[in-house]
Amino acid sequence: MAEGAGEPLETGAVELSETVEAVEEAEAAVLLAPTPEPDGEAAAEPRGEEVELGFGPQHPAIHGVLRLRARVDGERIIDCRPILGHLHRGVEKVFERTPFADIVPQTDRLDFAAPATTNLAYVGAVERLQGIMAPPRARYLRTLFAELQRIASHLLWLAGHAADLGVMPPFFAALRERDRVLGLFDVYLRQYPGASGMRPGGLSHDLPAGWVEKCRELAGSFPGRLDECAGDLLGSRPWKKRTVGLGVLAAEVAVDLGVTGPALRASGVAWDLRRAMPYEAYGEVAFEVPVGRNGDAHDRCLVRVEEMRQAARIVVQCLDGLPEGPVLAEPPREGGGGSGESFQEVYHAVEGPKGEIGFYLVSEGAAAPYRCHVRAPSFANLQALPEICRGELVGDLVALIGSLDLSLGEADR
Amino acid sequence: MSAPAVDPLLEALAGLGDAVESVRGAGDELTVRVRREAIAEVCAALKGEQGFTALVDLCGVDFPGREPRFEVVYHLLKPALVDPAAARRLRLKVAAGEGAPVPSVTSVWRAADACEREVWDLFGLRFEGHPELSRILLWEGFAGHPLRKDFPLEGTGTGASAAGTDGG
Amino acid sequence: MAERIEAAAAGVLTTTYDRIFDWARRLGVRPLQLGLGCCAIGAGGLMAVLDPRHDLSRFGAEAFRAAPRRSDLLIVAGTVSEKMAPLLRRLWDEMPDPKWALALGCAAGGDPYRTYAVTRGLYRVIPVDVRVPGCPPSAEALLAGLRELEAKMARPEVRA
Repeated sequence: MAEGAGEPLETGAVELSETVEAVEEAEAAVLLAPTPEPDGEAAAEPRGEEVELGFGPQHPAIHGVLRLRARVDGERIIDCRPILGHLHRGVEKVFERTPFADIVPQTDRLDFAAPATTNLAYVGAVERLQGIMAPPRARYLRTLFAELQRIASHLLWLAGHAADLGVMPPFFAALRERDRVLGLFDVYLRQYPGASGMRPGGLSHDLPAGWVEKCRELAGSFPGRLDECAGDLLGSRPWKKRTVGLGVLAAEVAVDLGVTGPALRASGVAWDLRRAMPYEAYGEVAFEVPVGRNGDAHDRCLVRVEEMRQAARIVVQCLDGLPEGPVLAEPPREGGGGSGESFQEVYHAVEGPKGEIGFYLVSEGAAAPYRCHVRAPSFANLQALPEICRGELVGDLVALIGSLDLSLGEADR
Repeated sequence: MSAPAVDPLLEALAGLGDAVESVRGAGDELTVRVRREAIAEVCAALKGEQGFTALVDLCGVDFPGREPRFEVVYHLLKPALVDPAAARRLRLKVAAGEGAPVPSVTSVWRAADACEREVWDLFGLRFEGHPELSRILLWEGFAGHPLRKDFPLEGTGTGASAAGTDGG
Repeated sequence: MAERIEAAAAGVLTTTYDRIFDWARRLGVRPLQLGLGCCAIGAGGLMAVLDPRHDLSRFGAEAFRAAPRRSDLLIVAGTVSEKMAPLLRRLWDEMPDPKWALALGCAAGGDPYRTYAVTRGLYRVIPVDVRVPGCPPSAEALLAGLRELEAKMARPEVRA
């Protein structure tokens, strides 16, 4: 999976990575006299004293209820074991008793940092199951919402990650920007309180007047504002020293563990569902898929920042190319019709901000699905945590968890 | 388009002999029923020879009227980075029951580790050869397997918080 | 009463220690940094009240503390799962007196998820002072709940 593997897709692999040496060289050039290394390195040597440390589920830097058991020797992590289930609500069983269209708002609560992309995966699965095609306008709008949601989710990640590492300005700036993006969703959804907007067959309602202009203004000004928020972080030497070379996830290991999303792409695997298996309007817009090289925490962060930039680009294209027409297809036929089997099944996935979010639906033609399984990207990405923690320092655990951008709501369901 | 060439995947599946019980569907919904005992070999062949290097998902479904009652569903993915048109999904299904554990595929994809634990947790299906089959979403001491159709939604009252609460 | 007014006019105020401490406590609440679920970062809920529009710092409650031993308010935002419940109990026990609990959303009643895995209401685990229902409750509702709590803090004799 090195960068030389075959023809690159039009992914525009952006030169994102830095090596530890390059960072240290840059630092040495700036500092007049190098600071003497404190006893840190000596303290990090294994001393044969293993201790089991518990992290979470209440911890200021663990976002969500994740519990970790880490075995540490001195300052080095030997192994770390995530313990899930603290937010397990039994949603899959609830779905078996909920009519298809009513499940949409419930999927909001899975990855609650990015409800629109989860909604999109679900309605796409229902449409495939029931043979409905959403009208073109709805497909463009859903793409637009998904990209706005990607921006909002990554901004939340940026805020949390920066705050965890002690770089405070991006925390406030990113949340302020996220507020603007959520404001757009709020204006759109406020017309029907409680609706999620997306429906099997399209959207519940069209855009209110003036929304397109507001969205265009936000998307147009976004790259500059992103530079303002993320610039402090990306240019910060302490942040680079803390993330370059940290928690390297090899490409083969990432694929084997089922990791998807920015964490996978940072390891050099140019796999993005929007490009490889396009859905909605992604086949009609131009964008680049940022890919890292070293698979370290630094690359994972850079990939997300660049994805936000590309997302703004997609938003503008969706606005420019927005077709006229209805936003909801004919109502779905009740009950699935047979295709020879009494049970119909489908799996549909989209590229969410955290990775591949998919729904496996089994239906026997009833009003509610027989089985609705959520393929949650965070569930798989979490399995990479022990891999990237092994051998790192305890103090870096916060940066490592942050670099994976996990959502416990979807991992635990 | 010229006459489509025979799908190499279908050929490969045919070559697996009686390990494959049936092949249905097309495209991304291609669904293959595999004999329970042979699932690990079939997965290894699909990964090694056909390029299905990613296990996207592994879940269970309960069909109480059937014998055996459960189905384990595997969703595979062939990323095919070099030739994007070759990327595809594949679904495998295995019929399994309580007395009939399924061979674990953790030796093929490490992604199966957590997924098989979840199936054990929620359905009560064992996977032979799994390094550590323990509950993952629920807690030790929880009685029952909630995603079975005969398990009540509201539970049977063995809450972890049942002990040691004095209300408000 | 008449003496109090006279004394106030002379620039002297009399009160009890308890009233001063309660006044200081309720205007400078230290919540514990704990977000369980959607209510913590959704459009309503904790993150929303921290932003300039709703501004929790008006009420002096914006200083979240990382450790239970240093906090006096447990805001439980999100679904309390049965697995999490004993851990919440432990967090509550570790908080020193006086302490209060505010339940948001699912924690107020658990209603959207009446399942085998959910504790239907934080009150089953710890004594709750104020419940703010909603899925998610709006930021204004959370602020109203906080005001209720402050009113309760001013009357320590009714503490749960």
